[in-house]
Amino acid sequence: MIDFIVRRLIAIIPVLTVVAILVFLMLRLTPGDPAAVIAGDNATSDQIADIRTKLGLNEPIWTQFVIWIGNMLQGNFGESFFFKKTVAELIAQRIEPTLALAVCTLIFAVSISVPIGVLAAYRQGSLVDRVVMGFSVVGFSVPGFVIGYCLIYVFAIELGWLPVQGYIRIGVNFWGFLERMILPSLTLSVGFIALISRITRASVLEVLNEDYIRTARAKGLSNRVVLMRHALRNAAVPILTVIGLGIAILIGGAVVTESVFGLPGLGRLTVEAVLSRDFPTIQAVILMFSVVYVVVNLLIDISYTLFDPRIRY
Amino acid sequence: MSAISEDVVDSASISAASTKRRSLWLLAIRNPNVIIGGTILAIMLLIAALAPVLGTIDPTRIDPAGRNKKPGTEITYKLDDGTTAKRVAIMGTDSLGRDVYSRVIYGTRVSLAVGVAVAIIAVLIGTIIGLISGYVRWLDGFIMRIMDGLMAIPGILLAIALVSIWRAGLITVIFAIVVPDVPRVVRLVRSVVLTVREEPYVEGAISVGTPTWILMFRHILPNTVAPLIVQGTFLAAAAILVEAALSFLGIGIPPEIPSWGNIMAEGRTLFRVFPHNIFFPGIFLALTVLAINIMGDGLRDTLDPKMSKKV
Repeated sequence: MIDFIVRRLIAIIPVLTVVAILVFLMLRLTPGDPAAVIAGDNATSDQIADIRTKLGLNEPIWTQFVIWIGNMLQGNFGESFFFKKTVAELIAQRIEPTLALAVCTLIFAVSISVPIGVLAAYRQGSLVDRVVMGFSVVGFSVPGFVIGYCLIYVFAIELGWLPVQGYIRIGVNFWGFLERMILPSLTLSVGFIALISRITRASVLEVLNEDYIRTARAKGLSNRVVLMRHALRNAAVPILTVIGLGIAILIGGAVVTESVFGLPGLGRLTVEAVLSRDFPTIQAVILMFSVVYVVVNLLIDISYTLFDPRIRY
Repeated sequence: MSAISEDVVDSASISAASTKRRSLWLLAIRNPNVIIGGTILAIMLLIAALAPVLGTIDPTRIDPAGRNKKPGTEITYKLDDGTTAKRVAIMGTDSLGRDVYSRVIYGTRVSLAVGVAVAIIAVLIGTIIGLISGYVRWLDGFIMRIMDGLMAIPGILLAIALVSIWRAGLITVIFAIVVPDVPRVVRLVRSVVLTVREEPYVEGAISVGTPTWILMFRHILPNTVAPLIVQGTFLAAAAILVEAALSFLGIGIPPEIPSWGNIMAEGRTLFRVFPHNIFFPGIFLALTVLAINIMGDGLRDTLDPKMSKKV
């Protein structure tokens, strides 16, 4: 097991190295002087010269990469000239709303989609199954911001139950925080629910044909126990896999959802950084999200053994 | 001798494969999902093609007197020759007085163009790289590591970053969406190549000395067509969504071009009072993407049964 974890950890190094090289090259491939690009449109020539020496832009490109990656590894993501802060500070400030949104969305999505997926599989071909499958196609097709605005229109404007936009820190006012999290995480959940319920249905269906399910039924276990303990547990691996892959959708969706609901998170920061062409921030955010994505999927890989003891590494 | 046996191998494999393929296509166009999705999509294509004659006016025409009108308001327009004309704005107007109905109808062109262009370009580039990766063994590791790296960056973020580097424009948006899609196509094509090259008919063709390029185009490439069409449909649907999201965030297609995302972006600030600016393009967007996804599901079930089992 430890051996496996170490091997998997080593395996993600080349992937992350390639990501780092791509993110690094992105800036170097822009037309013009990278130092001027990093400094932004309002920089003085002194600032640009300062960045030049800091990044070693007069050195060969390999040395530049080593300097850059060395800084990144030490948590030194550079300085945002637009926000007049270090990028590390910026990210630390903006991380809470995004993290909260992601966690709430995952809780929402999993607690809704897994039961309806199991139900659809159990009643294959029935009305319930068709409704769930139909919903999952629709969920894939309606863009997050349209869902978000529909929810705002109904629950915040017409009914007035929930606030329209904004964010309150979790430590400041917990109810205020929760109130403002419901609509965004519901919005972001829709695509996720579509994805997970579909895969849950498919993998439970596959498991239901196995011999041990027949055995379990034959020895008189109730449907609920057969479904939950035998079918779902054995179907857990593909479901977990798709949740891991879905993190990419979650990250992409967060960018849009945060903009709709005015949440001051990392997604919103990314958009602001792009609009102001603040490259150090863009680079750091992309690098960070990619690392999160890769590491989450690694953790899921490792967790397979918990759900399915047949998997041995 | 070798020429004769090559012919035998060729004609046998091709005739068998092509009858199988023809019946598959027949099956595909009779699939109810393909029919439903295809019909909606055909209507959208018609709307895009006939945009100027569907009772629209210039979608970029700004009318300061007719700003922020609710759907169904009658608006009086001054024509160029000085006379006035009355017209009902069935979808209302935006905050610059532009006719939302005309913008939504013209927006169909932009969205469909982006979807089709992204799917075709991504499939083309991905197929070339995938063929090389599956066939040129010493390049395989290198190419796939780059693809792994690209796939580790969440798609929309990569597109956002690329747009920010290249500056906004229709072409840059299309390519920014293409780049994250390419690795998916590469993986698909490569896996087909790796499976097919072990098949007896390919080994047969190799043993009789078929040149590599004939091998690729006649024996390997046809096997990728069905899964690529399925993949291409889903790529097109996703591309339309990503373009709308980018434009909505204000980092996509330049705001003067009427795309559904741009109409919604413009409607954001006054959403509470005038939700029509977001709802009408939203409905068109969702309907189009839904149609393509339904069609894709149908195509996958018929053309690519192996994949349909997985999802």
